[in-house]
Amino acid sequence: MKSLKFLIPLALFAVLALFLGAGLNLNPREVPSPLIGKPAPEFKLPQLHDASASISRQDLLGKVWILNVWASWCVACREEHPLMVEYARRKTVPIYGLNYKDTREAGLQWLGRLGNPYVASLFDVDGKLGIDFGVYGVPETFVIDRQGVIRFKHIGPVTPDVLRDKIEPLIKSLQS
Amino acid sequence: MNKLLMPWRRLCALLVLSLLPLATLANEAAPVAADPALEKRVMAISAELRCLVCQNQTIADSHAELAVDLRNQVREMLRKGQSQDEIVAYMTARYGDFVLYRPPLKQSTALLWFGPAALLIGAILVLIISLKRRARLPDDQFEPESELPDDPAAAPARPAP
Repeated sequence: MKSLKFLIPLALFAVLALFLGAGLNLNPREVPSPLIGKPAPEFKLPQLHDASASISRQDLLGKVWILNVWASWCVACREEHPLMVEYARRKTVPIYGLNYKDTREAGLQWLGRLGNPYVASLFDVDGKLGIDFGVYGVPETFVIDRQGVIRFKHIGPVTPDVLRDKIEPLIKSLQS
Repeated sequence: MNKLLMPWRRLCALLVLSLLPLATLANEAAPVAADPALEKRVMAISAELRCLVCQNQTIADSHAELAVDLRNQVREMLRKGQSQDEIVAYMTARYGDFVLYRPPLKQSTALLWFGPAALLIGAILVLIISLKRRARLPDDQFEPESELPDDPAAAPARPAP
């Protein structure tokens, strides 16, 4: 037993290395949202395409939907956009946009050029709803269930992997 | 006549231009002057909140757009008469404990709060135990002290300089 004592520092080192290794693989940019499993915040905002028409949280109760936060000034949104357009074409789930701190003109122009995957876009000019949704980096994507509860959040551009492995199975289980 | 006027015009233009930076300064400073007491509270609360865009800064230090928005939010809530606790609760409801520069004491953060102290106490205990054990050892367990430089017996063994 005593002869194995020399292994203690090695074991300590291994534990330390494991912790540090795990720490290296964490992304500090991905802050776990406290909103998951909580009801989506109340909102009533005008649409991007029609300032006189508004959408509220109540309007969307009863269906599973995706909220995609985007802005014309956001470079990463452009990267993600073709995937959103493609996903919207499959019509599995309605995607609503949240046009975050943008101008109406720039937002409409951006959608006109790159395609519009959204059923409608909420126009959040001062970013107030963004704060309520805990948005801190655009793009962000939320999955909201029939009861209006936030079930999933993705920070940064949605990749084909995230869509296939996380969002699609979740949508399927929420819709069934 | 015209020729005489020209330098004057230029001088006036220069004067006006040189005053421009002052005008922008005045613009930025305006809200502070409006209510210094409120602004002080806004800054005090903001200094407790982490900016999520530039994570090693507080929202008081940061110039990121989100930090500016959140500062405005703090200001607005203070104007409505809400307390610091209410504002902090509002922020953590949206961004989680991560926004707090001082993490709250709860089960999930216990290791964070007590880990360093536990490590220190553990290390001191190990040190005390090993020192005590060593004190109990008989003399022949230690190396002889002949290697000490002030020991005259050891001197001849050294190579001459």
